[in-house]
Amino acid sequence: MIDIESVRVSLGGAEVLSGVSASVERGSFVGLVGPNGAGKTTLLRTVSAALTPDSGRVLVDGDDVHALSSKAASRRVAVVPQETHLSFSFDVETVVEMGRHPYRSRFGRKTDADRDAVAKAMERTAVARFADRSIEGISGGERQRVLLARALAQDAPVLLLDEPTASLDVNHQVETLELVTDLVADGKTAVAAIHDLDLAARYCDELLLITDGDLLAAGPPVQVLSESRLADAFDTNAVVSRDGTTGSVSVTALADRPDADGTVHVVGGGETGARVLDALRSAGFGRTAGPLPEGDAAAETARVQGVDLLTSSPFDPIDGEMIDALADRVAAADVTVLADPVVTPGNRDVLSVVRDARTLVVVETRPFEERNHAGEGAREAYESLRRGATVVTEDDVTAAVRELRRTVTAESA
Amino acid sequence: MRTGARTIVWSAALTVLLGAVVVVSAAIGPVSLDYANVAKATVNTLAVPASAGLSVSSVSLPLLPVSVPVPGFDVGYVHPFSLAVPETDQRIVGKLRLPRIALAGAVGFALASAGTVMQGFFRNPMADPSIIGVSSGAAVGAVAALALPGVVPIGPRWAAFAGALATAFLVYAIATEDGRTPVATLLLAGVAVQTLLGAVVSYLLVLSGDQLREAMYWLMGNLHASTWSDVEFALPVAVLGFAALSAFAQDLNVLLLGEEDATHLGVEVERTKRLLLALSSLVTAAAVAVAGVIGFVGLVVPHMMRLLVGPDHRILLPTSALAGASFLVTADTLARSGPAEVPVGIVTAAIGAPFFLFLLRRREVSAL
Repeated sequence: MIDIESVRVSLGGAEVLSGVSASVERGSFVGLVGPNGAGKTTLLRTVSAALTPDSGRVLVDGDDVHALSSKAASRRVAVVPQETHLSFSFDVETVVEMGRHPYRSRFGRKTDADRDAVAKAMERTAVARFADRSIEGISGGERQRVLLARALAQDAPVLLLDEPTASLDVNHQVETLELVTDLVADGKTAVAAIHDLDLAARYCDELLLITDGDLLAAGPPVQVLSESRLADAFDTNAVVSRDGTTGSVSVTALADRPDADGTVHVVGGGETGARVLDALRSAGFGRTAGPLPEGDAAAETARVQGVDLLTSSPFDPIDGEMIDALADRVAAADVTVLADPVVTPGNRDVLSVVRDARTLVVVETRPFEERNHAGEGAREAYESLRRGATVVTEDDVTAAVRELRRTVTAESA
Repeated sequence: MRTGARTIVWSAALTVLLGAVVVVSAAIGPVSLDYANVAKATVNTLAVPASAGLSVSSVSLPLLPVSVPVPGFDVGYVHPFSLAVPETDQRIVGKLRLPRIALAGAVGFALASAGTVMQGFFRNPMADPSIIGVSSGAAVGAVAALALPGVVPIGPRWAAFAGALATAFLVYAIATEDGRTPVATLLLAGVAVQTLLGAVVSYLLVLSGDQLREAMYWLMGNLHASTWSDVEFALPVAVLGFAALSAFAQDLNVLLLGEEDATHLGVEVERTKRLLLALSSLVTAAAVAVAGVIGFVGLVVPHMMRLLVGPDHRILLPTSALAGASFLVTADTLARSGPAEVPVGIVTAAIGAPFFLFLLRRREVSAL
């Protein structure tokens, strides 16, 4: 739908975009993310033809937008600006009607199509009930919806949104993005510059990560938002984790990452494993993990956080090679954490390796009986292992690891 | 069509008001007349252009032994009404009072239309038709024609008209780079050029000698020597200019959202700005050329109407134009009916400035 072909843009003599190429599929919701001043808004303004690139071009539905008249371009691309200058107080309906400007002839009257589009746009964005109010007399969230309604009245297949959530509270942010998602589901193509990485990851089908006028990465949120990329782009320490509730990734920026010494090996997957990895990450421990089957929640977390991970295939038993690799990791780790493991005949050998760990923390959230599929022998092995370990709940795992780590250091000194 | 109906109702009401103001104004003067006769005489004076022809007259240039042919329009008029009115009354109204009233109406109409457009265009409540130097340019032209009649070959009216348009073009050219004319630059260039031209006018006044009084009168804005030929000059420009500007009412509304938003809503911003500037400069130039510098009509009347009818140019532009006509006819009636006649520019400023301050205190203007 939108093809951006090596677009270079300078503003006031400084190069803001240095050859960005990207393409946006029809019917997708694409988020532009990146630090302030990276060029997100400039890219949007170039796609909307408000800025003309020094070189390169932008094709919308096959046509170069900069070669189209304003009228033709505005029938294809509608823009929801971050804020609009309203120097004189129009009422809401008049502002929404302005979305029909690309379709109106100079002296023409309103057509049924105009009226219909305006009514639909106002209904969709729930602004109809204050249609007669002055645009200056409504709240910021309502004004944002009015601008969205204006863009909808434009009846353009492409919707560009510049920081649609920037001035909204959390409730309205979600509401606005839900609405955009609905519109995309109805066939519109949306591109939005979004500040909030969590929201971008949650709502967008794809993200374009822009830094210093360059496209650093493009793709689905889980691929684009890796910790190393964010560190490059934002020059900060960010923790990327999987969000258990929404299934998307969530990003937490840390002002200064605590840097605890020592490495911890985490055995055990699922949500508990993922949370243990997050908690240890926040505390600053180096981590290794596995063996974990591909697709496991903890394996995903480990992957986005760049943790050294032993990956097993989901249905095959753990083989000898994997056991050796695990033994190496456990031996290298200062502390090993066994996170609520599910024991099966295929993985019960893991327990014997873990038992040899220098120091062991066992995290339990469910009774072992619920997690044991390997019979009485496995239960005995687990019990004996548990006796030599510190057993904690999920919340206390960091404290327990810290404590053990201190003892280890004291012993070796 | 909500806006359409409101526009019609408001315009009709303001047209009736204008008619009433005209009749009342025509009844006021050294000889007081009966309203009924004045109304009939006014109706009798209404004329419809029925035929038009070109004529060529020759004008000899100063210092050169050459005559230049100048084309002119000859328009024949038909007076569709002839109601029974005493002949003296008809003569006083038709020949003495109405030319001045009609000119005041045309000038007020022109200045208020241009002011409405300028305020919308600049998105600035302080904008008025003189903001891009049109009035200063006209002043230079007129004062030069009066002070140096041997050097400037044309009369003050044409000199003012030419000076106004030349200045508008100059300011536009200064503020334009790569086909883009940022309104802030335009505003600043206008202010700077106005200051420069102010110096030129002052210098010309120093040189003007005997003509000083007339030049000062022109600068203060006055309608005292109005003739039907002035009306024939200003009214068509005002009406046609207004009609052309009305075609951009919707674009002006969209431009109020900001130029970038306007681009996104299908307005060819630079082209529209160019046209609006050219049209409003033309309309202002025609008004200033016949009436001199009359301030505050273009500033205050649009504000007043905006408070009454709202910011939508589809209704604001016609109502402002009509209200501007009534306003200036009233102001000029006051100007000529005091113990001594004063230039109408003094009256508009004397009414306009306090009214503007009143608006300012009520925050009506700051909210714009």
